[in-house]
Amino acid sequence: MKYLEAIRLALSDLLATDQRVFIYGQDIAGPFGGAFKATKGLSERFPGRVLNSPISEDAMTGVAIGAAMDGMRPIVEYQFADFASVAFNQLVNHAGSTYYRTGRPCPLVARFPVGGTPGGGPFHCQMPEAWLSNHPGLVVVAPATVADAYFMLKDAVACRDPVCFLEHKYLYYHLEAEFDPQSGEHPGLGRAVVRRPGEDLTIVAWSGMVHHAIAAAAELEAHHGISAEVVDLRCIRPLDEETILASLSRTGRIIIASEGWPFGGPTAEVAALVAEKGFPYLDAPPVRLAARDTPIPYHPELFSAHHPDDQAIVLAALELAKF
Amino acid sequence: MTSVIEPADRIRLFKVMVLARTSDDRFARLYAQGGQIAGSAFSGRGQEALSGAAGICLRSSDVFAPLIRDQAGRYGFGETPLEAARTVLGRTTGLMRGREGNVHRGDWSTGLLPMISHLGAMVSPVVGMLMARRMSGKQKDGELSVGVASIGDGGMNTGSLHEAFNVAAVERVPLVLLVADNQYAYSTTSDRSYACKHLVDRAIGYGVVGHRCDGTDADACLATVGAAIAAARAGKGPQMVVADLLRLAGHGAHDDASYVDEDVKSRFGDCVQHYERTLVQQGVLSADGVTAIREDARKQIEAAVAQASTEPQPDPAKEDWSPRVERDLVNVRSA
Repeated sequence: MKYLEAIRLALSDLLATDQRVFIYGQDIAGPFGGAFKATKGLSERFPGRVLNSPISEDAMTGVAIGAAMDGMRPIVEYQFADFASVAFNQLVNHAGSTYYRTGRPCPLVARFPVGGTPGGGPFHCQMPEAWLSNHPGLVVVAPATVADAYFMLKDAVACRDPVCFLEHKYLYYHLEAEFDPQSGEHPGLGRAVVRRPGEDLTIVAWSGMVHHAIAAAAELEAHHGISAEVVDLRCIRPLDEETILASLSRTGRIIIASEGWPFGGPTAEVAALVAEKGFPYLDAPPVRLAARDTPIPYHPELFSAHHPDDQAIVLAALELAKF
Repeated sequence: MTSVIEPADRIRLFKVMVLARTSDDRFARLYAQGGQIAGSAFSGRGQEALSGAAGICLRSSDVFAPLIRDQAGRYGFGETPLEAARTVLGRTTGLMRGREGNVHRGDWSTGLLPMISHLGAMVSPVVGMLMARRMSGKQKDGELSVGVASIGDGGMNTGSLHEAFNVAAVERVPLVLLVADNQYAYSTTSDRSYACKHLVDRAIGYGVVGHRCDGTDADACLATVGAAIAAARAGKGPQMVVADLLRLAGHGAHDDASYVDEDVKSRFGDCVQHYERTLVQQGVLSADGVTAIREDARKQIEAAVAQASTEPQPDPAKEDWSPRVERDLVNVRSA
């Protein structure tokens, strides 16, 4: 099953089992089935519960807030995560603040197609986790595997807080794996997991970058005799500090790799965490790998040089191992 | 127009207007005295007729999303002076528990929505609640649960308002947009806020029914807002009511409103005074009856302020500082 198919299956299962669930977004209904086809076939199977919206990200999100507060479990689909900036206010000031301000939970899920694909350019490739995570009240998750795409989406709907669900566009069709949707065994929504155990250094990543980290770890082992442990954050807000620090305590060295920008984002947050709470474990300064600090360029050559990849992680690991 | 309105409704509206005026003035005085109200106090002076008309025309099963100058609507919809005083004074006994103050109060479970400060942002949640009720089969044809969302001449120009009201029209939900054109967006005059002849002209652009009334005339507000709510309840889609009136106070108690033009002031009367005269002249209320209503309002507000003042304020050491209801996200899983 492909990553996108796992998302579609989760949506379908949610609609089939929970009458409170509906999906609201641009171009998601009818034969079109969404810009990436995540909802293809669902409006026909679930009439009146997969609804096209106008190009109005603020109102889409506000509608979801109102519906959630009235007992529904709405799922909003932004066409690209980049356009969710239009919904910034409803997300951070409204959904995110509602529980603390009013004592009433706001259980909505907003789906963000994130991440870069060559030729996408500055406004179709962004990673929004830094700005989403800074405001209190939102849960921000980013599944990196096919099974997580399925289970985490269902867990996000079970969560009573507003969840920003970041799904990587490159993984939609390029990641394929078998898993058992019937299996109840999977980590909880907020848990980070070790994707590949190792002893010499830890690579923390999430979303699409997890696959670069796993490839880098394989190369480090095969060609350089370095054993790298890969921690997939899965949930960015709140951070599973325990799993990160446990890995660091085993390896003593850490690289935090992200497709997003460097300033003030989760790479900085994890680096701050290890400086504050993991200092005794550190054998070397933490290393951050992030995108270049410019808008995301259009040309495929510039684009591929804009964010870290397998090789960037390998080079950083070789330097870190020397320390 | 006034003949179809029952005297009991007119008296009820007048009582709500007087209660709101008394309460707004009392909170403004508390603010001016210093020490008891942090931030500011916000008055609906001059807007009681429009707001109160909406409040008393709604049912408890409806939704009301008030804004800054809707004390009359809040009381009409069922808020108590004690709940208002508790939030204004930041007491933990209030629904907002000191986490929110002044006009940022409400209760999602009763349909009285707690506003955020961003104008226009409360409209799409009302639309979402009405869509939710339709989807979950809670709406009865011809007897729809209605939502009223307040906005003003300033808020009408936000993107949020436009997006939300357009969705309301597309979904044809029973929403009434209550537009108080009070001539000033804080200190900015209407001619710097919009260029159309009258805000009600925008209704046709959204594909909804527009209504216009004199916001200083309480009977006109009652008739117009009542008709709009009845139309929405009957399934005739969203309605826009635009009332012309003047904010008879500053933006908040910190603002002396010295920027309000004398010519503008001379064009708008005080809806509370005007309604009192009308009801007495028409024999609906006696002078003694008016005095009794004013005295009752004063007693209610004094009692609320007195009680709230004795109640506890939040303790930072005991505050639950969690922004999320899920305390253990690591173990959140679908069934």
